[in-house]
Amino acid sequence: MSIMTYRQALHDTLRAEMLRDQNVFLMGEEIGVFDGSYKITAGLLAEFGEKRVRDTPIAEEGFTGAAIGAAMLGLRPVVEIMTINFSLLALDQIVNHAAKIYGMFGGQAKVPLVIRTPGGGGQQLGATHSQNIELYYAFVPGMKVVAPSTPADAKALLLAAIRDDDPVLFLENLSLYNTKGEVPDDDTPAEIGKAAVTREGRDITLIGYSRMAHVASQVAEQLAASDGLDIEVIDLRSLRPLDRGTLIESVKKTHAAVVLEDDWLTYGIGAEIAATISDGAFDYLDAPVRRVAMAEVPLPYSKPLETAALPSADDVIGAIRQTLDAVGHRRR
Amino acid sequence: MLRPSASSDIRNDIRSTELLVQLLNPDGDRVPDPEFDHWVADVTGEQLRSLYEDMLVVRRIDTEATALQRQGELGLWPPLLGQEAAQIGSARALRADDFVFSSYRENAVAYCRGVQMGQLLAVWRGTALSGWNPFDVGMATPAVIIGAQTLHATGYALGCLQDGVDSVAVAYFGDGATSEGDVSEAMVFAASFQAPVVFFCQNNQWAISEPVALQAHRSIADRAPGFGIPSLRVDGNDVLAVMAATRIALDRARSGGGPTFIEAVTYRMGPHTTSDDPTRYRDPAELERWAAKDPISRLRAYLEHEGLLTEEFEASVKAKTDDVARELRAACLALDPPHALSVFDNVYTSAHSVLERQKSQYAAYLAMFEEVAE
Repeated sequence: MSIMTYRQALHDTLRAEMLRDQNVFLMGEEIGVFDGSYKITAGLLAEFGEKRVRDTPIAEEGFTGAAIGAAMLGLRPVVEIMTINFSLLALDQIVNHAAKIYGMFGGQAKVPLVIRTPGGGGQQLGATHSQNIELYYAFVPGMKVVAPSTPADAKALLLAAIRDDDPVLFLENLSLYNTKGEVPDDDTPAEIGKAAVTREGRDITLIGYSRMAHVASQVAEQLAASDGLDIEVIDLRSLRPLDRGTLIESVKKTHAAVVLEDDWLTYGIGAEIAATISDGAFDYLDAPVRRVAMAEVPLPYSKPLETAALPSADDVIGAIRQTLDAVGHRRR
Repeated sequence: MLRPSASSDIRNDIRSTELLVQLLNPDGDRVPDPEFDHWVADVTGEQLRSLYEDMLVVRRIDTEATALQRQGELGLWPPLLGQEAAQIGSARALRADDFVFSSYRENAVAYCRGVQMGQLLAVWRGTALSGWNPFDVGMATPAVIIGAQTLHATGYALGCLQDGVDSVAVAYFGDGATSEGDVSEAMVFAASFQAPVVFFCQNNQWAISEPVALQAHRSIADRAPGFGIPSLRVDGNDVLAVMAATRIALDRARSGGGPTFIEAVTYRMGPHTTSDDPTRYRDPAELERWAAKDPISRLRAYLEHEGLLTEEFEASVKAKTDDVARELRAACLALDPPHALSVFDNVYTSAHSVLERQKSQYAAYLAMFEEVAE
């Protein structure tokens, strides 16, 4: 077990997988000479050479499509899209090709592609560079979408993504790159599609992923100290497949849930979580599932406006109190 | 029609390509070309006959498949009528270990790659997601998003570079596709990395109802040199010129010279698909002009001049095309519809919780009908 940053965990895992499997190679903008916009690929060009660490022309559709072709040949490309916002330029190749080739080829050609890309607001990058649009990909059959919140999960899920034979969108988060945590030394991949109960509790379930999984944990600790609340926290880790069982089992125990999401409320991922809970645990719910999401505006560059638009710990605490009020605190 | 002879080696030349390479004119006369001749100098009389047979066979496949669609046995068919030389001349230049990424009209290419009759029709009959295993024949299932496969070919070619093999990826696409960003991006990538890929554009003059002039203000082949890719513009109804150009491109790719762009100038004699009626937008006089440049009749005339068109040979070709038509029809009718539950197959390579749940629900639903039947 070592303590390291989320960034270091990603870097070390990429390197280890490239050493383990000659078929693993990297493509993306600025990932070689420049070490990557967020330095995840630092030093890999020098170590592995330009055939396995390819700086590409500035064309997301181009390198994503090329990676799909390489993956069909049997290589295991890991492409970096500088931020998830730029994945919109590769939408056709991801949705119409990466996700569908396996099926449209009758199960005869696999596309073992990993698209690494960070999302997340709060960095004052403006409306077009701060979005959380992972749900576009979580919507699509054929895709897998994973979103680690800790350095340990960054490692375990990246191992799983690279070794998976399906295309995986691997969601990173700008605000998490410098966060630290314990990372196991062994290289056991995570099971894609399994959520983690990161804190057990009886009073209410908080559900988040990526940055919002941290916010959920902070709020749970804070309310345990201030109000003596016993909050269960679920880190989704995988958006597709979604771990329906873990969500439903938790709500059967706590009878209430609040979903935290960094995207827009209407049609957002929280809507799917709420529907899943209603479907699987309706009779156990003592209050409607509440969702905490960002304001439905393009995220402003202005710091006070950006802060105002993003969901905060206070928003989550407010939602928990409203939910528990609706429950009537009958258990306390 | 003739390209003027150039002083430099055509294989390394990046230049304007408004003019057309032609080795066999519409009358079936062999037109000498000092730069292209040696690329087909080894083609024997027997091989010429074989190319002729190929073209007649694929025209018969096309005719029969169109008839099957009209009879309600296929949902749709995209005819290749008129493009036989472009497809046969190029596909017959390939090696087994090369890999084709095509669009939906390349049924003659598929035939050359060894795709079986039933496999050719399964998708159009709606009985399979993919007609064939791409790795058995070195040809991907057709891409139906225009131009997207050019990027896949480029990526495959990068893989060939990485593996250190001299296989070549060949992307087939049409004139309409060249307006798509994917094709431009594919050329950028192929040039940057000197990927062993051949961009084979069949300019058949029409993208459904849009004439090629809407896609390109001047010849499509002229675009490639702007990306740093050598370009050849050939008479796509001349099987020998197409074969020569393809061999030049393949040779360059195999020897580390990177990508080549080929524009094969041809004509879509039929509709875009069986759902289309080109008489609504096309001048019949244009059709007549192109009918006079038919790829099969010019090779037939050439065979005749060369004394290769014997009665015995013609009879054997006739027998072959009749057999193929019978085989195609029988294979089509023998394709069984898939089981409803298989709709959940082949979405992921391994078990997926959501799909398993939906599949078991649907299986239970289907089982209700079996209980009623009992």
